[in-house]
Amino acid sequence: MQPRRQKRLFAVLLVIGLLTGAVAAMLYALQQNIDLFYTPSQLVDGLGKDKVKPQPGQRLRIGGMVVKGSVKRDPDSLKVSFDLVDTGPLVTVIYEGILPDLFREGQGIVAQGVMLDATTIAATEVLAKHDEEYMPPEVAEALKGIRHVPPSQQQSSAQQSGTEAKPAEGRY
Amino acid sequence: MVVEAGQLALTFAFALSVLLAIVPLYGSFVANQRMLLLAKPLALGQFVFCLLAMLALIYAFRTSDFTVINVAQNSSSTLPWYYQITASFGSHEGSMLLWVLMLAGWTALVAQFSKALPLLLQGRILAILGIICVGFIAFSLFMSNPFARSLPFYPVEGRDLNPLLQDFGMILHPPTLYMGYVGFAVAFAFAIAALMSGRFDSVWARWVRPWALAAWLFLTLGIMLGSWWAYNELGWGGWWFWDPVENASFMPWLAGTALIHSLAVTEKRGTFKSWTVLLALAAFALSLVGAFLVRSGVLVSVHSFATDPGRGMYLLVFLLLVVGGSLLLYARRMNSVRSQARYQLFSREMLLWGNNIFLLTACLIVFLGTLFPLFHKELGLGSISIGEPFFNQMFYYLTIPFALMLGLGPWVRWKQQQVAPLIKPFSLLVLAALTLALGVMATMQSVQANLALIGLLLGAWVGISALAEVALRIRQFGSVSKGITKLNASHYGMTLAHIGFAVLVVGVAMTKTYTTERDVRMQEGDTANVAGYDFTLTDVYELDGANFGGQAAELDVRKDGQYVTHLHAEKRFYRIQRTIMTESAVHARLSRDLYVSLGEELPGDAWAMRIQVKPFVRWIWLGGLLMSFGALLALADKRYRRKVMPTLQTGEADA
Repeated sequence: MQPRRQKRLFAVLLVIGLLTGAVAAMLYALQQNIDLFYTPSQLVDGLGKDKVKPQPGQRLRIGGMVVKGSVKRDPDSLKVSFDLVDTGPLVTVIYEGILPDLFREGQGIVAQGVMLDATTIAATEVLAKHDEEYMPPEVAEALKGIRHVPPSQQQSSAQQSGTEAKPAEGRY
Repeated sequence: MVVEAGQLALTFAFALSVLLAIVPLYGSFVANQRMLLLAKPLALGQFVFCLLAMLALIYAFRTSDFTVINVAQNSSSTLPWYYQITASFGSHEGSMLLWVLMLAGWTALVAQFSKALPLLLQGRILAILGIICVGFIAFSLFMSNPFARSLPFYPVEGRDLNPLLQDFGMILHPPTLYMGYVGFAVAFAFAIAALMSGRFDSVWARWVRPWALAAWLFLTLGIMLGSWWAYNELGWGGWWFWDPVENASFMPWLAGTALIHSLAVTEKRGTFKSWTVLLALAAFALSLVGAFLVRSGVLVSVHSFATDPGRGMYLLVFLLLVVGGSLLLYARRMNSVRSQARYQLFSREMLLWGNNIFLLTACLIVFLGTLFPLFHKELGLGSISIGEPFFNQMFYYLTIPFALMLGLGPWVRWKQQQVAPLIKPFSLLVLAALTLALGVMATMQSVQANLALIGLLLGAWVGISALAEVALRIRQFGSVSKGITKLNASHYGMTLAHIGFAVLVVGVAMTKTYTTERDVRMQEGDTANVAGYDFTLTDVYELDGANFGGQAAELDVRKDGQYVTHLHAEKRFYRIQRTIMTESAVHARLSRDLYVSLGEELPGDAWAMRIQVKPFVRWIWLGGLLMSFGALLALADKRYRRKVMPTLQTGEADA
């Protein structure tokens, strides 16, 4: 081969090699960092047609309404626990840190964290949208057909639909 | 009355943009000089009417005309006058009008400063900008009218501006960002006009360069301001969240950065032509993708405007038309373009090509990370989110080779570089970078292999190499005093921008590694020790502002018993919007920020506080500023302002 052709071939091979490496690394990193979103009932009953339940230790996001009266604080630290609900069972979220400004009972929130057991999440981050009437869109979808009562009207749909669920335990 | 006049002005602007899109373009095909000459007055007239429309909207906000839905929803009579003005672009409708105004402004600037261009090219460029204007003015006028009234029923008081937007950063952030986004339309129009006439050479590249640089300058500044605003206003000390909307502005920035580097090759060496054109198309297309993501409501984020599927659909169709049309033209015309220049494997061309590869890979990563959740959901695979670690990890791997190449780039000759002459200076550079990085680590008493060390090494490498290179160039002119004035402004600009990048890398690495963050429960009189600083809560009291209430906390900060500063953090409750805002207290120094935010009230007269010590966080924005200044310096280069371009002809063949 001519030297110039050889060089060009080398350059092309180098680029293809780099690209393959980059894409592989990217897909691997992407796979490690996907957090599936669950609502409390999806977490307990499983997600989708196959009812896939998350494993303890799995990173995930959970979104739901904070159950009235379920927020429990540790008197000496910033540890807090509260229950989330959508249409069915309750899921307890434990968290240490500052809750967002708009965190309130009866309000929709999203928590990012790790699953501890079937109904407990250890959150690393709690998010509430900067809007009083906010409900996470995924929760709104799950609640389809159930009327969302804004917190300003002092009655949460969460409380009504969550009556038969287990009572909130005081854990941190 | 004024509101109707504004509406009418926007309608006139629309009519002019339609004429601008059609007449000069037709004139360029039938070689009608009068039609081509019409482009300039049309462009200027369009800008004037857009400006009138914007002024009318500002007037409606200043007079609190709540019969206008836009005003009623985004302003109130208690709002301070300067926020009443900025509220005019705080909503989707208003910001769209601002976007249109900026677009018309760029078009008018091109009309004004393109005398040196052949008339044919000038007419085509303006006509293409006109086509884009038609799309956006129509969107503003028919899909999101900022002047819509709610008569006969209207509220007596407005709903107030979102408190997040009541900040100095918000006055500056959207206009600069939009200037950047829309500015890439000019490079796009140049590229399309060149595709139509099939003429790409160094002269063309020299015309486009200042426009691309100006757009890049504004985009850099806008992103930096946005990051600074988020840091101050979102209340929790983050400066970049990989939020979909931030990503939407980051993608055109990455493509734009690749574009200005590729343009350098096209201007100096007459090669990389098809690549440069593709980048010019991509930069603007990504700006449009950004507009679509933010305004269609497909992605949920802090920034996104109210959802309306119709608007999203319009923008998507517009995006597809623009991208599809330009790619079609590109595919048909670009085959015939050949670059003559030859270059070796180790040459500046290859390094700049590497720069482009890395920037576009970064762009692809951001694109995938932003849109993957969207596709995942649409395919019925469930809702997911892509965590920050993904982006951080990918950018970590990309930045290292990128910065290594960046330190090398300016030293390497065009066409071909022998390795031997570079060995000596580069051994010295490596030694200097190592010494500097380890020295900084030693003064902080933590020499260990971590992200900060890598950041410092890369920063020192890029920074020292840039400085040494410019010193070398200056000495090449003979004497230093002669060299300083002889060297091009654009060379200084490049050096400054590269130093800005170095500063940014150091800032990011240091902040990421050494930030200390503690959430504490504090009562009055309590002291919390964070990273060697003692924060004492001295007082908490009720606030009473113009349109907000809330609480304020006073803290004293001491280090080793020495008084450092006093901090004042607030938690505001805006009454009309019923929104809580955390106004954090920041004590800023070049070497570190002290950052305190007041959290919720806890049982037992206590407060939750987040206290952070963030070393070198200022360097992140300082780096962005330096990059923008670099672009400004480069824009001042004399060669962009030569009155007569030597090689042009007025009538060129339409091939």
